[in-house]
Amino acid sequence: MGNHAHISMLSRSNNVGLARLAAASFASELDFTLNELEEIKVAVSEAVTNCIIHAYPLEEGIIEIDMRIEGEELIIVVEDKGVGIEEVAAVWQPNYSTKVEHMGLGLACIDSFLDRFELSSEPGKGTIVQMYKTPEKLKNRKEAIS
Amino acid sequence: MDITTELEGNILIARLAGELDIETVQAFREKVVPETERPGVKTLILNLNKVSFIDSTGIGAILGRYRFLEKKGGKVLLVGLKAPVKKIIKMAGLLEIMPEYSSEEKALNEIGEGRIA
Repeated sequence: MGNHAHISMLSRSNNVGLARLAAASFASELDFTLNELEEIKVAVSEAVTNCIIHAYPLEEGIIEIDMRIEGEELIIVVEDKGVGIEEVAAVWQPNYSTKVEHMGLGLACIDSFLDRFELSSEPGKGTIVQMYKTPEKLKNRKEAIS
Repeated sequence: MDITTELEGNILIARLAGELDIETVQAFREKVVPETERPGVKTLILNLNKVSFIDSTGIGAILGRYRFLEKKGGKVLLVGLKAPVKKIIKMAGLLEIMPEYSSEEKALNEIGEGRIA
């Protein structure tokens, strides 16, 4: 089983809903529960919102969302060509945020709701967030067999 | 996002419907925030019964109202949390500082009995 879809969108807040719905729709090809699809929606919403707020704070830019199914795993990559992150290590600190109105919860949501995610960034060049999730049902089945 | 507000004495009831994210948080800031800043308003009952989605932007907006009202000796009460919404709110730790009720009536009764507001 394998599939691939790609969305390229402007960093506008009214595109966030489209991004998360597209991701959930794409992910539904795998045996995710409704609860897991909700978690994917939140994770994508957080990643895309981060692009809008942090990557392109002054002007609109392009957000690339690449979605793949490899075997039974969903892989979603959200990439921007924005300002990048000066200190990538700092974003892992609890409640880290560079914006007063935000509380650093976005990455915590992604971390909590997905199996794993990777973040790479370079100041002035942009940020890439890679997110991975496999349906719990499948993990349970594999555990039962082993 | 549809938002209606109702003032009952020093209690503001805000009823939200739809998705609370970076796109719709502006409606929250325009309709709920000024109402909580009215003189005398100390308690906010936030009815999220018709909210189908929330992310950290929405959580931040709610937390902002909590911090504002807490300084005035007030608080925020949450009503009607659907499972996906409750999961995020719980994860963010909001249920440790904001009580949750199944209905506005129960929240109002609690305020009446406990003289919270």
